[in-house]
Amino acid sequence: MSRWRRSRSAGARRRRFRIGCLPLLAIVLAAIILVAAVALRPRTLPEPGIIAAIHKPVEIARLRPVSAFSSIADPDARSLALFAEAGRVIQHPRCMNCHPRNDRPTQTDAMRPHAPWVSRGPDGAGEPTLRCSTCHHAANFAASGVPGNPEWKLAPVEMAWQGKSLGDICRQILDPARSHMDRTALLHHMTHDELVGWAWHPGGKRSPAPGTQAEFGALIKAWLDSGARCPA
Amino acid sequence: MAYPLMVNGRAHQIDDDGQTPLLWVLRDTLHLTGTKYGCGIAQCGACTVHVDGQPMRSCSLPLETAAGSEIVTIEAVAGHEADAVRTAWVERDVPQCGFCQSGQIMSAVALLRAKGAPSDADINLAMSGNICRCTTYNRIRAAIHDAAQASGQARPV
Repeated sequence: MSRWRRSRSAGARRRRFRIGCLPLLAIVLAAIILVAAVALRPRTLPEPGIIAAIHKPVEIARLRPVSAFSSIADPDARSLALFAEAGRVIQHPRCMNCHPRNDRPTQTDAMRPHAPWVSRGPDGAGEPTLRCSTCHHAANFAASGVPGNPEWKLAPVEMAWQGKSLGDICRQILDPARSHMDRTALLHHMTHDELVGWAWHPGGKRSPAPGTQAEFGALIKAWLDSGARCPA
Repeated sequence: MAYPLMVNGRAHQIDDDGQTPLLWVLRDTLHLTGTKYGCGIAQCGACTVHVDGQPMRSCSLPLETAAGSEIVTIEAVAGHEADAVRTAWVERDVPQCGFCQSGQIMSAVALLRAKGAPSDADINLAMSGNICRCTTYNRIRAAIHDAAQASGQARPV
């Protein structure tokens, strides 16, 4: 009897400190509702407006005009200086990418191998089964970022510039056997060629060649007129 | 401005911005959703269609440039090369997820029309612009060889 009383009083003590499942669930639920209410409370949204586009400005590099070289008295030194300035265009990625040393063009300012894998083909405009025109058309296309020009193709492999010094390139462009151009045609190519001109209007994030095509042509003309000396 | 477009033998006048990629005209305006949007930057080949017989990436082709051309999509590509490719694709169980396959098939058909019996090197050259994330390349290559053989036999002499 006394044992029964003892156990009953102990049970009563335990019951005093026990919280049932339902109140506990209610507390947790209330906490979730409170957090959700705080998180989802109506707030004033920012006023809609035009967010200014932040474009990284394409760096425009200038060319020194022909007149800047007139102070060089020695004709050979002047000719070399003119070609060195024109070389800033010749060795620019916009030009070098299409003068690869193998059958595969490079691309971007970093001159990485062209992706997808393509090959120059018999006419420099791609293999018959994967032409450049599969992706490249008559103009730069902003929607896809793919550049374009009506004359889009690679320079002949005899005109490979990549991996060559400016002096080697100089001797190469003066050699009709490799350039397929006499000096008149060379000057025309540099000054008026449609695809060469694209180098100054490449679109997208591609950096244009320094100066303008007219300034570049003027440098080439002055260099040819001054004896067309080539760096070592 | 409305641009004339001949798609799968049907003439359309597409009233849209000339700089709209052909892909969006095909999918959103003409509801030809067999041509897929993969990358949008002419890197994957999923959007390949035939424009005047040449395979082209429709994501990189402006509507104003495509205007006046004859366009064939996966929904209507036909002929013994296409039949042979379709049969080979089924027999080799080529697709895995299948997303790139319409582009793969359009390039494969164009390849077989240009080269009836392509070598592995020919296949590499023609198909390198079509990417398959499931890497079904070995089955694609085998199916092209099968299709070349079947197409050669079916081709009228």
